[in-house]
Amino acid sequence: MDSDSEFLLRLRSGDERAFVSLVERYHEPMLQLAASFVPSRAVAEEVVQDTWLAALRGLENFEGHSSLKTWLFRILVNRARTTGSREQRSVPVADPEPAVDPSRFDGGGGWADPPEHWIVAAEGRLEAGKLADRIRAWIDELPARQREVVLLRDVDGMSSEEVCTVLALTGVNQRVLLHRGRSRLRQLFEDEFREVR
Amino acid sequence: MRVFAFRGRDLVCQQAVELVTDYLEGTLSRPARRRFEAHLAGCPHCPEYLAQMRETIRLTGRLVPEDLTPQVRDEFVDLYRRWRSEQQ
Repeated sequence: MDSDSEFLLRLRSGDERAFVSLVERYHEPMLQLAASFVPSRAVAEEVVQDTWLAALRGLENFEGHSSLKTWLFRILVNRARTTGSREQRSVPVADPEPAVDPSRFDGGGGWADPPEHWIVAAEGRLEAGKLADRIRAWIDELPARQREVVLLRDVDGMSSEEVCTVLALTGVNQRVLLHRGRSRLRQLFEDEFREVR
Repeated sequence: MRVFAFRGRDLVCQQAVELVTDYLEGTLSRPARRRFEAHLAGCPHCPEYLAQMRETIRLTGRLVPEDLTPQVRDEFVDLYRRWRSEQQ
């Protein structure tokens, strides 16, 4: 992967291919993220288009305090938040949500209904493309805040620091949301692929 | 003495599953990490649970962005050209 500074140089000097490869890398992830803030796919597409234009126009002022990717996603989230007006978001993470249904533990907190094995079955039973579709659908059904963190961390591969910057979260809240999102996904894998007994 | 300092109260499974992400993120304190690992070493089920969380992360991480359609790509080439002409 090209370094950010090399990329910037190419973008500023009019290298179309540099722009297209940036779009290829980030357009779809940006769409998915935007979709969790706004009511429809069409609105998400508008927000992402605006973001690209804003990014090009702001390119001169990009100072490299963060990575290009973080900068881009930060612009996106600011725009998506404004558009989506889901601003009760500033009080996140209040309700407790256990990683595993409490009914699966006995009175002493030990497993009564232990995790069913599914790791081997997950890749064995579905072809890769179908499995990917299934996982995408599950991610889409996560509560919005969990979805945003899971997308950025686990799908797009950002660091926790980058995710905190992009979503304006504290480290603790980022981890809570990540934990809940991943825990829900694990449960969905288990439900889907548990071995039939 | 040392053993005593690290023992604390033993974790139960229901607590251990809530620590998995902090464990994987490396944000547990050293004593908490030891307690977590001690629980894993003696528990018949929690190691499987941890493995499943790791597998969940691995499988999620394999998703790749869908390719742009030629039409969308062309739109972006246009967008870029328009921006360039604004610059001149």
